[in-house]
Amino acid sequence: MSRELINLIVQATGESLFMVSVAALVATILGLPLGIFLATSRKGELFAAPPANGILGVIVNAARSTPFIILVVAIIPFTRLIAGTSIGSGAAIVPLTIAATPFIARLVEAAIREVDGGLIETASSFGASPLQIVFKVLIPEALPGLVLALTLAVVSLLGYSAMVGAVGGGGLGDLGIRYGYQRFMPEMMLAVVVVLIALVQTVQTAGDYLARRVNRRLRNR
Amino acid sequence: MIRFEGVSKVYPAYRDKPSVHALQAIDFAIARGSITGVIGRSGAGKSSLVRLINGLEKPSTGRVVVDGREISALAGRELRLAQRSIGMIFQHFNLLSSRTAADNIALPLEIAGWSRADIAVRVEELLALVGIADKSGRYPSELSGGQKQRIGIARALATRPNVLLSDEATSALDPQTTRAILDLLANINRELGVTIVLITHEMSVVRQLAKEVAVIDGGHVVERGHVADIFTHPRHSVTQAFLSEVIGDSVPVSLASRLSPQPIVSGKAVLRVQVRGTEAGDTVVARLSRELSHDVALLSARIDEIGGQHIGSLILGIPGGEATAKQALAYLSQHDILVERLGYVA
Repeated sequence: MSRELINLIVQATGESLFMVSVAALVATILGLPLGIFLATSRKGELFAAPPANGILGVIVNAARSTPFIILVVAIIPFTRLIAGTSIGSGAAIVPLTIAATPFIARLVEAAIREVDGGLIETASSFGASPLQIVFKVLIPEALPGLVLALTLAVVSLLGYSAMVGAVGGGGLGDLGIRYGYQRFMPEMMLAVVVVLIALVQTVQTAGDYLARRVNRRLRNR
Repeated sequence: MIRFEGVSKVYPAYRDKPSVHALQAIDFAIARGSITGVIGRSGAGKSSLVRLINGLEKPSTGRVVVDGREISALAGRELRLAQRSIGMIFQHFNLLSSRTAADNIALPLEIAGWSRADIAVRVEELLALVGIADKSGRYPSELSGGQKQRIGIARALATRPNVLLSDEATSALDPQTTRAILDLLANINRELGVTIVLITHEMSVVRQLAKEVAVIDGGHVVERGHVADIFTHPRHSVTQAFLSEVIGDSVPVSLASRLSPQPIVSGKAVLRVQVRGTEAGDTVVARLSRELSHDVALLSARIDEIGGQHIGSLILGIPGGEATAKQALAYLSQHDILVERLGYVA
């Protein structure tokens, strides 16, 4: 493989990592509170607001059931509004974030709901406010689950990021399609897939390790 | 100290479930520094009762007053402040798995806004008080049930509450650990003067720890008073059922299988004699043998001392046929000893 092609792969990897990390960061900042709210706002819960919970649930489901490639093109005007352009890796961050936020919210909701309800009652019994319960009980106790949830979200984002090539988003997926498929360079396709596999493995291994480190429930395993 | 005034609690109907009257017409007071047992079957309403004391639940009608403050009327910040003077321990300990023993005990202090230095000093004191000073850096997953409940107790006492609520705190522990935990609670009551309210479905817990007892059934307090009085003179059937569990007046299986309702030739009549009160039942066998001029057989016996009173039952075999049995019944009744005929054995 020529030096130019290797440079292309390096550059595309950089673009993919840039898109995925910024999108994952922003989606976590948005999805974490959203997920916590979804997990604590049903009838009788900490921030009980059943109507808001219902409406948010419908929005999250709608966003999650829209195929990503349709989402990307459907929100082009919005992308242009936010990023100033609809082309390039920077612009691709917008649809990636919008797709990942509801996904993260649902994963966070599931992780928070895993926390024993008795702990919430206990904290209430010694006069903890709802926010104190979130920060001192729910998040620390759900941390292993939250780490695994974010790992899963980053892996999914790597997959999504391969699709934004369709709107000139750049990155590894784009490279694989343009060179590997359209110009029929199977070695290029293979190289892209190998890099993606390596990235996913790295992310997953790091996530698993971190989740084990923060899990005090089963220390002897 | 703690007063229930015309308290009821109704859980409204939800979906296909009808509304539930968990508590009705509750009126009683718990004295400062006392240890009160609240006993009832599951679903009797005892969990609701104890959660009304620390404001985790609100009564549907009536008032709950703790330490002169109407806890049932407080909400938000005021309620949270009041809750710091009421500690609670739980059947399943409810410790945070992500925190060490010391950090679990520190949690209510962090929530109350104590400084780090003050928290460190207080946590040391509490670890020593509950006897697990060497476990301070351990996580709950590394500790036994008894050690976890000690952390639970230390945590409940962290903010120096006047009241300690115990929600089946020993129900998940083995008998030996249960005894140790109950001893610890008795010490805390004696040394710190903390008022303790413990809910349980085990009469043995009430017997070992409480001075006062309230029996709750179907949302009503059906009987209450000093433990010794209730144990010696139970009036309500639920109380009697709970008592038979501790004083063991059930008939041993091997004996029950041999019991016949018809008299057996040259067999024995089987009588159950209740022992209640300060007058011990320990001489009844000898006295009865003398009276009847027959050797009375002791088939099964259990006598406990509860609050200075002897409580238990003896199962006696009376030889000598129907006439002697009648004579025995008459003699016991004359001496105000409760007796019933269970049947006959060979």
